[in-house]
Amino acid sequence: MAINSTVSSDGAELTISVEGRFDFSAHQDFRRSYESLDTPPRIYRVDMRETTYLDSSALGMLLLLRDHAGGDTSAVKIVNCNPDVKKILTISNFEQLFTVQ
Amino acid sequence: MADCPALKILIADDTQADRMILESIVKQEGHTVVIADDGLDAVQKFSQEQPDIVLLDALMPNLDGFGAARQIRALAGENLVPIIFLTSLTDTESLVQCLDAGGDDFLQKPYNRVILQAKIKAFNRMREMHATMLVQRDQIVKHNNQLIQEQTIAKQVFDKVAHSGCLDASNVKHYVSPRAVFNGDVLVAALRPSGNMMVLLGDFTGHGLPAAIGGMPLASTFYGMVHKGFALTDILGEINAKLKTILPTGVFCCATFLEFNFRERTMTAWNGGLPDSFIYRQKSKTVEAITSRHLPLGVVPNSQLKVDCQHFELAVGDRCYLWSDGIHEARNKSGDMFGEKGLRAVFHQQPPPEQIFDEIMHAVTNFIGDGEVDDDLSLVEISMAAPDQVESQTMPRFPSPTPGLMEWSLDFEVKPSTFRYFDPLPLLLSVITEVPGLRSHSGSLYTILAELYSNALEHGVLNLDSALKQSSEGFAEYYNLRAQRLRNARRGYIRFHLSHDSREEGGRLLIRVVDSGDGFNHQLWIEDQRQGRGYSGRGIPLIRNMCESLHYRGKGNEVEVVYRWANELLKAG
Repeated sequence: MAINSTVSSDGAELTISVEGRFDFSAHQDFRRSYESLDTPPRIYRVDMRETTYLDSSALGMLLLLRDHAGGDTSAVKIVNCNPDVKKILTISNFEQLFTVQ
Repeated sequence: MADCPALKILIADDTQADRMILESIVKQEGHTVVIADDGLDAVQKFSQEQPDIVLLDALMPNLDGFGAARQIRALAGENLVPIIFLTSLTDTESLVQCLDAGGDDFLQKPYNRVILQAKIKAFNRMREMHATMLVQRDQIVKHNNQLIQEQTIAKQVFDKVAHSGCLDASNVKHYVSPRAVFNGDVLVAALRPSGNMMVLLGDFTGHGLPAAIGGMPLASTFYGMVHKGFALTDILGEINAKLKTILPTGVFCCATFLEFNFRERTMTAWNGGLPDSFIYRQKSKTVEAITSRHLPLGVVPNSQLKVDCQHFELAVGDRCYLWSDGIHEARNKSGDMFGEKGLRAVFHQQPPPEQIFDEIMHAVTNFIGDGEVDDDLSLVEISMAAPDQVESQTMPRFPSPTPGLMEWSLDFEVKPSTFRYFDPLPLLLSVITEVPGLRSHSGSLYTILAELYSNALEHGVLNLDSALKQSSEGFAEYYNLRAQRLRNARRGYIRFHLSHDSREEGGRLLIRVVDSGDGFNHQLWIEDQRQGRGYSGRGIPLIRNMCESLHYRGKGNEVEVVYRWANELLKAG
């Protein structure tokens, strides 16, 4: 499990990449990746290209990010999901809360 | 180097000169010295004086240093008492032997004062570290015991709250492993006053106590509302609102909520975030999935919660299976997951229906094998049964009669803004059951009120044709239309008139329901019913059985029933 984050050059977009299993052990790192920024970005991208598995506490972390990003007015995209990850997001109907690509 | 506190040091040497040299070096550092002149003496002095560090000559009469070291080790138990061998031997083998015999180090003669002092300091640090470790270990053991004890008590409380319902019913099989409880699984089931069974399986996010704790408000809301006869959607809304308020963001509850109507043999389902539940059709031996269509509970406020349900017709003997993701995520030794594939495989083998539950448990346990030691399984099976075959020890019970409503009447009108969002039945039922003798009749009364109200609403106000329900497609269509028309309803009313007389031997309750609809040709319809024609309208013959009389009036938009009851306390006396 590893969390990496990068901010676009204009500071408008934060990309958080999650590598390996996305579960409770990622909690601290995941939060730090968006709470440590001085200027809040406009768009948040969670990149799941390297994510092998997602558990329900990870869904909780995504909700925390959504709240942090402004709740109903937030722009949080979850991108590059593999079929397993996508399935978990679908079962939870998180497409209603996030842009899943 | 940190200063070394004053220690008590045992020096065992059979040569007096060597002893004196050592003693003076050690004393200069401010330590206390205990002297022994052979191995046996050393062991004895050790148990008397309990020194902090032991300096042992390897070769001594009576008992040599190696033997003494072994006995001292045994006496010291789990305390670390560093033993340093004193030796004039220099060959590698002898030095290794010192360490093999349980020594921590050796010191070669002639003694080097500086090295000896440094070693005493170093071993004292090790001794202190070991002592700290022992204290911390004891704390961890204590905390762990306390945690296990707390969890045991918490589980007892939790079981009482969560399992006070009708999970014991004859048509229900369930298994929730202890570990699953502390991973946030909760299973509740109860009977509505109408006799319908409601079952909710929930899975809170996270692990341990934080996950389990949300089960308490969920269970108490569920039982409180089901017993009072609230509708599934109302209960969902209430649980969602409660969880959304009390749980922090990121903690929520994936849930499947089913309601079984044994009389009409229908099942209503809502799934938010749990893996597909299965319906097993006994006749065709096929499996139908109840797929998650909603967000889990406690994620969005009620204004955004969707409570539309799926409706299924079942035959007696059809079975529904609910599970949390613990079964899907059960891993074997090589880390593969059991998954939905594993579940489908069990059904594919077509075991006898009454063995499916056990076969699933068996398949999961076999699959795990020597994998995970801790199981995290929640599984429940509910069978569609004839109403009189559903038996539970915990049928709703009511407190003994006390003086209450005797003679009274009530007029109550429901208008569109109300029947769009509000189920008036629990309110009316709670008024009626204020009549002491009628409390034990709440099941029948609820059924009567519910049938009359839904007829008035669906066929009267919403003008829905029950002929639609004659086919399976129409059945779903009917409920879609119902939801749609209810949303758009702007006009209409349903009026209840209730009046009641009490006598010593019992009482008489009159219920009149009038709706704003066009009515129907009730003379013809009653004739049809008598001939046994028609698929729908099963409600009315049932009410006829429960009541003294049932009459349609006017153009058919008005129905009146009389319910007569006998005072059971009197009968018993």
